[in-house]
Amino acid sequence: MKNELPRWVDMGLIPLLNVTAAFLVSGLVVLFIGENPILAIQEMIFGALGYGEGFGFTLYYTTNFIFTGLAVAVAFHAGLFNIGGEGQAYIAGLGVALVCLSLGATFPWWLTFPVAIVGAGVFGAAWALIPAWLQAKRGSHIVITTIMFNFIAASLMVYLLVNVLKVPGSMEPATARFAAGGTLPYLRDMIPAFGFSPANVSIFWALACCVFVYILIWRTRLGYEMRTFGFSQSAAVYAGISPTKIIVVTMMISGALAGMMALNEVMGQAQKLQDNFVAGYGFVGIAVALMGRSHPVGIVLAALLFGILYQGGAELAFAMPAISRDMIVVIQGLVILFAGALEHMFRPSLIKLFSRREPALAPAE
Amino acid sequence: MKLKLFAAVAAAAMMATSAFAADFKPALIFDMGGKFDKSFNESAYNGAEKFKADTGIEYAEFEVTNASQREQAIRNFARRGHSPIIVMGFQNAEPLGTVAPQFPETEFAIIDMVVDLPNVRSVVFNEHEGSYLVGLLAGMKSETGTVGFVGGMDVPLIRKFACGYVQGVKAADAEAKVIQNMTGETPAAWNDPVKGGEITKAQIDGGADVVYAAAGGTGVGVLQKAADEGKFSIGVDSNQNYLHPGSVLTSMVKRVDVAVYNAFLDAKEGKFETGFNALGLEADGVGWALDDNNADLVSDEMKAAVEKAKAEIIAGDIAVHDYMSSDSCPVM
Repeated sequence: MKNELPRWVDMGLIPLLNVTAAFLVSGLVVLFIGENPILAIQEMIFGALGYGEGFGFTLYYTTNFIFTGLAVAVAFHAGLFNIGGEGQAYIAGLGVALVCLSLGATFPWWLTFPVAIVGAGVFGAAWALIPAWLQAKRGSHIVITTIMFNFIAASLMVYLLVNVLKVPGSMEPATARFAAGGTLPYLRDMIPAFGFSPANVSIFWALACCVFVYILIWRTRLGYEMRTFGFSQSAAVYAGISPTKIIVVTMMISGALAGMMALNEVMGQAQKLQDNFVAGYGFVGIAVALMGRSHPVGIVLAALLFGILYQGGAELAFAMPAISRDMIVVIQGLVILFAGALEHMFRPSLIKLFSRREPALAPAE
Repeated sequence: MKLKLFAAVAAAAMMATSAFAADFKPALIFDMGGKFDKSFNESAYNGAEKFKADTGIEYAEFEVTNASQREQAIRNFARRGHSPIIVMGFQNAEPLGTVAPQFPETEFAIIDMVVDLPNVRSVVFNEHEGSYLVGLLAGMKSETGTVGFVGGMDVPLIRKFACGYVQGVKAADAEAKVIQNMTGETPAAWNDPVKGGEITKAQIDGGADVVYAAAGGTGVGVLQKAADEGKFSIGVDSNQNYLHPGSVLTSMVKRVDVAVYNAFLDAKEGKFETGFNALGLEADGVGWALDDNNADLVSDEMKAAVEKAKAEIIAGDIAVHDYMSSDSCPVM
């Protein structure tokens, strides 16, 4: 193919160029509001990576983004666009909370954790099942149904939190705090340098999920069928692959992965189920998956970048009062814009550049 | 090279902190609604800005964007030597309960919730009492015998507003009907004026001629639609009478700005008292707004009735049921 680029350019150079461009434009915006962009970048990077507690927060955000990024990526491989991660994670929080509330007082965390994983997975998958079934059997577009299910999830959860699960007399729509066995150990318990950050052991589960997703997509028959279906539905049908099965199974895996995010937020950070804990992480997962090229390694790196943006952004807002939280959203938005929407901006010129050089550099390819 | 630079920046930041630690450095942490929500947080912002204008003292601020930042923000300000630190909103109670004992020298204040610690001032408002008064006005003003209530999210705080309001309406007209709607289930519900307007239109079509908005920024749409339809509305938190003179019947004011201003000023003058403050009608922490913009809308009879009710609530002759005391409302 004439559009072929060396792998390191596709996976490494292009994302790097995109991020650099995003930061340059962000720098201009910072300059425009009268602050020093170099100082802003320093403040951001130091806040996210420069000291233990900041890095702990970065890892904590990264954990969320790995889960939601993987969820979107798995669906992408089958040509499905799951933008319901937000709702799937919200409902999965209910599964996690029910497990932690019922088992937390009697069992240690390492027994509760596997059950909570199952709880998160089952509830998340169940919430993805209905849109998947509607897509497979009724042709209702998955983008529309999953986004509508986000609102249904929000309605259901607010109802449950206010009327059923709330602590009597409390104003906060949240469950009671879990007992010790219903909470995950913080990384700071093992490494004190992490300060007061909420990073917890669910990050190891996130990395394990990356391995699972890699094996699933590239090393199993089901993964092959998913990729075939994503590449060409008619070819997949011709090859005897059932579209219904692929759509339903893929979406359930995707929903379960999105649901895992609740482990970090509900069982790890808050240690109780509170309203709106998903706070947009499900949507950011789309950008993470796009930027990570739907590959687990890329997703880990992209999730780390967004973790840095989130934590560094918060530190920046502390250090520079002129940079409000809306500015941070602008910077994050620019990164998403350059990494996702304008992904092909640099590609044609790079292709030109490399096709000219290719015979000399890499004759074997 | 870069590492050295970061180290230098960090060292400089630390030195700056210790050098000015003795100075007066107030800080304010806004809740998720954001600084300019035309309501609760903005009221705090106005109080802080007034303090800045009066004393010339700058204050630090932070807007929380997700739950994990609550504890982080309080701790960051405490570490950087800020005091007093005011946190807005009931969802900050637990993070504050964690952080405040770690900084016993720092003074904290929390608005809308109680945190019982020796270095924390807790300020809550009797929203049900203020809502009762505006409900009474709505019940007397209504010609159709039907009034509306537009809430933000269906959370206990908003039910507290609604419960007080309905009690007031029924006190004016026992047969009156109250149409209640919530705007949504996500935090977007606090800032969705378009949807607020649509709900108001539906309530007006259902016969309501006075609509009370307890929905943050969404209320702007409620007030607008009521004015467009030639009906009446009731604002909330800040005095919103000026938004549509002749249509906004009154506003249920909740003096968050005063609470913030006083906390800053008391701390500056070294007389910051901790403990529990319930600001009700007596302390003018809540109330109904009367000014040039709505003077023509409120008849002398209504004025007399609402002032009488106010006096009776203060005296304890009328007990307005507080939704929070029982998690239920007898009139709803």
